[in-house]
Amino acid sequence: MTLQAILSGQGLMFLFFAVAAVASGLLVVILQNPLRAALSLVINLFSVAGLYLSLNAYFLATVQVIVYAGAIMVLFLFVIMLLNMGQANLNTSYRGIRTILAFASAVGLGGLMSAVVIKGVAPLMLPAETMIGGATPGSVEGVGKVLYNPSLPWLFAFEWTSFLLLVAVIGAVVLAGKRQTSQEGKA
Amino acid sequence: MSVPLHFYIVLSMILFSLGIAGVTTRRNPILIFMSIELMLNAVNLSLIAFGRYLGDAGGQMLTIFVMAVAAAEVSVGLGILIAIFRTKDNVDVDVLNGLKG
Repeated sequence: MTLQAILSGQGLMFLFFAVAAVASGLLVVILQNPLRAALSLVINLFSVAGLYLSLNAYFLATVQVIVYAGAIMVLFLFVIMLLNMGQANLNTSYRGIRTILAFASAVGLGGLMSAVVIKGVAPLMLPAETMIGGATPGSVEGVGKVLYNPSLPWLFAFEWTSFLLLVAVIGAVVLAGKRQTSQEGKA
Repeated sequence: MSVPLHFYIVLSMILFSLGIAGVTTRRNPILIFMSIELMLNAVNLSLIAFGRYLGDAGGQMLTIFVMAVAAAEVSVGLGILIAIFRTKDNVDVDVLNGLKG
């Protein structure tokens, strides 16, 4: 049954992107060079976008590529290069027993959660998609019809998200911008 | 024939555990941020998988909000990092203990 599941169209897509996501995720965690870790994270984000596609979340897969793999990762790479951390730094090397303990507890936690899911959740198969007001769920129209529906709880939160982003922009400018007066005060 | 739901959930948990391992072992704040992104992505994946398999569009809506919050968090966090770099040369989080009291 598992083999048949893997050999379906969705199963092959899942297998390919799952292997890519786990391998690149592992590289993010173990690579010493921050630049290489960042580029591995780009591969990881692309793989997760592929997994979104296998779940028919077309709009979110696009947003994942544009916002995460595009905007956020450019920001990361920009800061790595601005702060000149492109080469492996001895300050960030691993520290013996603490590292082993941290990895062991992460593996233990992941194994525990996986065991709970495998034991406790019945294998739920993919249902047929139900249309949302004539739109495919996951398409731009389908997402919009749910997000902007006043009788569902998402609209209010969505409007406040814009306020959150405004606060974040102002905060980033205040934190990272040059402060002439305070620096003169210190000197 | 299709992939059952728990394949996606177990994959999401593997990615989340990798993120935890990164946060706890890395000493460079930028790499810690990247591991946090890894964990946020794992949660997004499980939200979308649950939404698809349970026929609820809410999973995708929550993912949109998680993405917006992640973008805001990264911009503010990297701003803080640059501000720290102005005053200190070191980026090791074990050395940055000015708030330790």
